[in-house]
Amino acid sequence: MDLKTRGVPATDEERAAIELVLGPAPARDMHDARGGHEFRSRRHLLLPTLNAVNDRVGWISQQAIDHIAERLDASPAEIYGVATFYALFATEARPPRQVHVCVDLACRAFGGVTEADLPADAHPSPCLGMCEQAPAMLVIDSGNPAQRVAIGGITADQIGAATSGDRIEPPTRSPAEFVPQAGDPDLVLLRRAGSGDPLDIEAYVEDGGLAALAQAIDFGPAKIIAAVEASGLLGRGGAAFPTARKWEAVRTQETMPHHLVCNADESEPGTFKDRTLMENDPFALLESMIIAAIATGCQYGWIYLRGEYPSVEATLTSAIETFRRSGLLGPQKGFDITLVRGAGAYICGEETAIFNSIEGYRGEPRNKPPFPFEVGLFGQPTVVNNVETMMNIPSIMLGRTESNRRLFCLSGAVVNPGVYEVELGLTLAELIDMAGGLRDGSQLQAVLLGGAAGRFVGPDSLDLVLTHEATRDAGLSLGSGVVMVLDQTVDLVDQVRRIAAFFRDESCGQCVPCRVGTVRQEEVIERLASGIRDGQLELLEDIGKAMTDASICGLGQTAHGAIESAIVTLGVFGDD
Amino acid sequence: MTEISLNIDGENVTAEEGTTILQACGGKSGDIPTLCYGDTITPKNACRLCMVEVEGSRTLVPACSRPVEPDMVVKTRSDRVDHARKMVLEFLGSSVDLSLTENVTEWNAEYGADPERYGDAAATVTQPVKVDNDLYVRDYSKCILCYQCVDACGEQWQNSFVIEIAGRGFESHVSTENDVALTDSACVYCGNCIQVCPTGALIPTSEYEMRAAGTWDEDAQETTNTICAFCGVGCGLTLHVQDNTIVKVTSPEDNAITHGNLCIKGRFGFTHVQDGRTIPPTADPEAHP
Ligand SMILES: Cc1cc2nc3c(=O)[nH]c(=O)nc-3n(C[C@H](O)[C@H](O)[C@H](O)COP(=O)(O)O)c2cc1C
Ligand code: SF4
Ligand code: SF4
Ligand code: SF4
Ligand code: FES
Repeated sequence: MDLKTRGVPATDEERAAIELVLGPAPARDMHDARGGHEFRSRRHLLLPTLNAVNDRVGWISQQAIDHIAERLDASPAEIYGVATFYALFATEARPPRQVHVCVDLACRAFGGVTEADLPADAHPSPCLGMCEQAPAMLVIDSGNPAQRVAIGGITADQIGAATSGDRIEPPTRSPAEFVPQAGDPDLVLLRRAGSGDPLDIEAYVEDGGLAALAQAIDFGPAKIIAAVEASGLLGRGGAAFPTARKWEAVRTQETMPHHLVCNADESEPGTFKDRTLMENDPFALLESMIIAAIATGCQYGWIYLRGEYPSVEATLTSAIETFRRSGLLGPQKGFDITLVRGAGAYICGEETAIFNSIEGYRGEPRNKPPFPFEVGLFGQPTVVNNVETMMNIPSIMLGRTESNRRLFCLSGAVVNPGVYEVELGLTLAELIDMAGGLRDGSQLQAVLLGGAAGRFVGPDSLDLVLTHEATRDAGLSLGSGVVMVLDQTVDLVDQVRRIAAFFRDESCGQCVPCRVGTVRQEEVIERLASGIRDGQLELLEDIGKAMTDASICGLGQTAHGAIESAIVTLGVFGDD
Repeated sequence: MTEISLNIDGENVTAEEGTTILQACGGKSGDIPTLCYGDTITPKNACRLCMVEVEGSRTLVPACSRPVEPDMVVKTRSDRVDHARKMVLEFLGSSVDLSLTENVTEWNAEYGADPERYGDAAATVTQPVKVDNDLYVRDYSKCILCYQCVDACGEQWQNSFVIEIAGRGFESHVSTENDVALTDSACVYCGNCIQVCPTGALIPTSEYEMRAAGTWDEDAQETTNTICAFCGVGCGLTLHVQDNTIVKVTSPEDNAITHGNLCIKGRFGFTHVQDGRTIPPTADPEAHP
């Protein structure tokens, strides 16, 4: 390929950031052949490189794009295409301080702001995964090093102070603060929440850590998968796919190497369980991944972490280092884990978009078939599992025969919002009671189950049994475990408007039903909200049906579900 | 090649393994309407106009790219299929200028699509035409984001990677790096992007100017296939001639070697043919037998 750049050198800062990831530029004279396979084989370093430049300089200039293009032997247009895909990147100059204020469902309804009352120099952000601490914001100070801080429980004054450049103190909360059950001996997935420093490897081992790994090594692949199969473990990322079946499919693929991707993109509005797990027990996630790698013959492990979780990034980076130092991970062990940080894109949690994002391409979902177990990351057989799914593995190795515990993310009008680990079979009312019941003075108006990709239910669904089967029979799904409790103070029309805006913002833009459908859906919602009724509900139904039936991926296919339920089940716009 | 038997619209048919439902249906794009599909580019199935029903599938599937499977049961028309097609036509028709896209009027009638029903306030991709070089014009108000130009410029044909999709969602658009002019990009003006563009978003300047002047008249044009004389490769050319003047050059896509691709000379280097038509002054013709 003939690269054409503008010949404007990158600034020293940009160059330093790029070299942080790509290493020093190879010296060469005019007669060297440039680029070639060696350069291009590092394309997967594009996203980390863009993150490094954006961290250090605050935005990604044209000369930075040109320089990255030269280093990776990719065209500047391709780099630009990737850089403009992610919400946390900018290709226009901006100040070093960026304030991303959550304007999503929980925050806007419980003390936060909407797009309309956001200060001019703050960015509206989709759900930051801190709904139990709503309202929340993410403050990024680019520099060397950049400071990235996520803060919950904020006030309008704090937003104002952040946008006017005041110093931001990183919060000192303990990771177990929003795990109301912390310390309960019955906990399995959250068993180590509140038991001291989650990064103390000796404490981890003393507490039974690594015993599952020893057992798994003893078992070998077939027995590991048999145990997972017997436990009935279903994926917790939303689609509830049987984990053992996925593993067996990858294990039996002859093409090598195999890849293991842990999906920690957690961007479904209302979801914060994976963050809670990773903050409280990072070693258990790594141990689970090693077991999964043994079972499926994976040589390469990846954790794809959403860009809005700075504290988790620090925790995982340190945990991976510790595991490497302890000889549990690393090339010499035949399995290593790379942490990849996203940059603001809900769609990158989709199981094939995540591959494109890791590989350094735009995070657009791929066509299926072929399925990931056959043709996944770098075209190789790949396992993709959610964090919570993974965290089920150790206890199964140690004899738990039934995967019947799962996490729910309770937010909104409950007394003790947070992550709850429960045995499947509770009713919605019982779960809300566990969270201390409704707040004083609150009357239940609706519950959003499963997030923006889920559905609303009304107070008449309090007896709903929270199992896969019962929710499926009711036309619902547990999804990623979101239980957002909305009381009489919440403006449901405003929630519906936000959901429409969310999907319009987050559509990758690849297919027509979703790219245009989400825009048309939002336009109709805005008309309905302003009182225009004639024919609008039918039009909306037409749009929804096409998105659901003809979109490429789950984003477009679910972009109408919650809105439909708000109209049909809750009657937010009357009955026409 | 293994033959696979499947059922399409109640009829048992056979197709070679690895072919798509669209191919198994026989027509290139006859019975099943397609927009983003092109004969020379790997299907991207982005427009979702070709959706069909496959028994056992939760959602509709794209005929252009879904390979046939043994005992597949396919319905190419049904209420679900027709609804999806109607909505895709409406979504595109209400946001993109499809005036140069073939078949749209007929399809709108067939599927009952009414792009007007979204009202005047409906968001569109309307934007100024990009005229930044002498050879071709980019009018992205007409772009349906079929990805074909990107793939033709990139890894599937030209390997130049000059244009890419930038932005996300409804803001997605075809762009050079930082939207620089083509003259500042690595474009080699092969025009292979023009060749694959199904919507007239990319057209040669010659066509653009004649359309603007109201003199472009396809009915009055004849096409002649010939061989490019610039070099020894021998690419196929199709000359589009109006009023005895070449107004555009394309290349036959069914050519097994070039698949419709050309270089700048073959695609744009045609003006000398007519510039030279006034007989150049020569010396004594007898002197040059
Ligand atoms: C738009 C979209 C976003 C998704 N985001 C996530 C996510 O953030 N985390 C996750 O684990 N799964 C997410 N998924 C589901 C994944 O595609 C995939 O099913 C899951 O990671 C598989 O893991 P599991 O079997 O362990 O659940 C998303 C799916 C879609 C369609
Ligand atoms: S459904 Fe939406 S997010 Fe998914 S591929 Fe299509 S445009 Fe992209
Ligand atoms: S003319 Fe050729 S090089 Fe230029 S953008 Fe089109 S395909 Fe790419
Ligand atoms: S410019 Fe033409 S070929 Fe390119 S994406 Fe748009 S419609 Fe397709
Ligand atoms: S953090 Fe704001 S809605 Fe989830």
